[in-house]
Amino acid sequence: MTPLSRTAGRPGTRRHLPVQIFLGFLVVYFLVPFWWVVVNSSKDAPGLFGGGNTLWFTGSIDYFGNLERLFTHDGGIYGRWILNSTLYALAGGIGATVLAVLAGYGFARYRFAGRRFAFSVMLGALMVPATALVIPTFIMFSGLGLTNTIWSVILPSLLNPFGVYLMHIYARDAVPGEILDAARVDGAGELRTFLQVAFPLMRPAVVTVLLLSAVASWNNYFLPLAMLSDNRLFPVTVGLGVWQGIASANNSGSTSLWSLIILGSLVSVIPLIIAFFTFQRHWRGGLSAGGLR
Amino acid sequence: MTLLTEKTEQRTEDTTHKAHGKARLREHLMGWLFVGPFGIVFLAFLIAPLAYALYLSLFQKKLIGGTSFVLLDNYAKAFTDPSFLSGAWFVIRFSLVAIPVQILVALATALILDAVTTLFTRFSRLMIFLPYAIPTVIGAVMWGFLYSKSFGPLTDVFGLFGAAAPDFFSSDLIFYGLVNVVTWQWAGYYMIIIYAALQGIDPALYEAARMDGAGRWQIALRVKIPLITPALLLILVFSLIGTLQFFNEPQILRYLAAGTIGPDFTPNMYAYQQAFKLANFNYGSAISFALGGVVFVCVYAFLFLTRKRRSFLR
Repeated sequence: MTPLSRTAGRPGTRRHLPVQIFLGFLVVYFLVPFWWVVVNSSKDAPGLFGGGNTLWFTGSIDYFGNLERLFTHDGGIYGRWILNSTLYALAGGIGATVLAVLAGYGFARYRFAGRRFAFSVMLGALMVPATALVIPTFIMFSGLGLTNTIWSVILPSLLNPFGVYLMHIYARDAVPGEILDAARVDGAGELRTFLQVAFPLMRPAVVTVLLLSAVASWNNYFLPLAMLSDNRLFPVTVGLGVWQGIASANNSGSTSLWSLIILGSLVSVIPLIIAFFTFQRHWRGGLSAGGLR
Repeated sequence: MTLLTEKTEQRTEDTTHKAHGKARLREHLMGWLFVGPFGIVFLAFLIAPLAYALYLSLFQKKLIGGTSFVLLDNYAKAFTDPSFLSGAWFVIRFSLVAIPVQILVALATALILDAVTTLFTRFSRLMIFLPYAIPTVIGAVMWGFLYSKSFGPLTDVFGLFGAAAPDFFSSDLIFYGLVNVVTWQWAGYYMIIIYAALQGIDPALYEAARMDGAGRWQIALRVKIPLITPALLLILVFSLIGTLQFFNEPQILRYLAAGTIGPDFTPNMYAYQQAFKLANFNYGSAISFALGGVVFVCVYAFLFLTRKRRSFLR
């Protein structure tokens, strides 16, 4: 609220008051679920189900006790899920970004045979429902003995046609052909021209694509749900989904599991929120310049 | 198709670059070297599964007689299967309500944020965007808590006004409960894209409009919105594709809304059930493909209605 009061004195801002109130309502709406989770992950099972105000703390605030229970429940499986999610997000995100940067640059800066056809096929792929691919990929992987391994989640995440599309537009607009020609005239090879001249110019879009694909991998649910049966390989999304299923199925016997799910949801979103706040400036630059005009 | 485009491209390129035969060859090679790695992944994880799903969908597995080729029988079955049809009808109805709500919230917020810059609006922008960073599964879990009779706040909040809390897990209200979840999840992301597009507009245009006597509202409606139409179309198409594949949220809330959300609630959930719970991969693939057909028809109909096919994805 400090920002509001600090600017309210300035001329010209006071007439925006209705607008600011409207925004205030929206902010409350968008933050309510977070608030609920922050408040209720401090409670123990009796506090959670004992009635009382569900949007405020009870007398006993026990984050550390709940955290300890969360990370020790079922042999510390939750910590494994977080590590798995991190692995899938990093491997899928970095891999997809490397492929997208190379392909986007190739499409934008080389006039090679079959380029137009390949590009339109890739654009058509943007329309393919991603989930339609899960069932056949599962059967193909089970033939290769890849299901229920980390590869069954990482390999399909490398595919990111939208990233290629973004990189293509960015490379086309932000990397002038003249600079590349100048580098070539100076005797730089194609790879060196790409790495030392083009890549630095493409960096904002690279950060954007990296974040978008890492988030997509971290958020993935359908693919790992279908591919994995060993719960030690689950990402945190699938793991919490399973816990929620168990807790809902036997509502009375699993009150302690509910508080683990609530705290587990909170812990699982913290890394993403930190990543987004840290890279805010970078990815917004990439989105605005990246042709989404 | 490939050969034809390759040939014509080759010819035009040959006439313009006759003298640089070697350089041209190198350009073809380098182009494919850069695009190649993605191309391999594309073939392995998009084209191959798609072709395989099509192949699978043309067969049926019977207890007696094993697997047999049935051509389009699975599709005939899908398009007369009440489970598939009701799911498809649900996602279409859901798209017609949820997408306009999300885009309107996103557009209104983006226009405000574009016009007014204070510390508070900057703070709001970040907060409204925040749910995008949350996995859809976790978002659904969170709203599941809020809707819950046993530990959600709805009973308390409505109790203040002496009213009974609405049950968003009932068959009457689950539709709106889900509209709320996806709006919360995606409106901020669309808002950022629209905002980025608005920031890309040359401010000189506003000055010109103001000289012509246009007010704030007129500038927003007559200058800003037309200029960001490509971004809006892009969002609409992607949200349509995403919403027709609806899976995560109902799958998660299914446990809490027992009886309201069945295993055939959306076509994707039905395909999942057929393939992974009943091991009926042939019919599951056919449903996925039929859903792909529905997506294609809806997207094409949308692009046709807006008559903007050309400006989309130049």
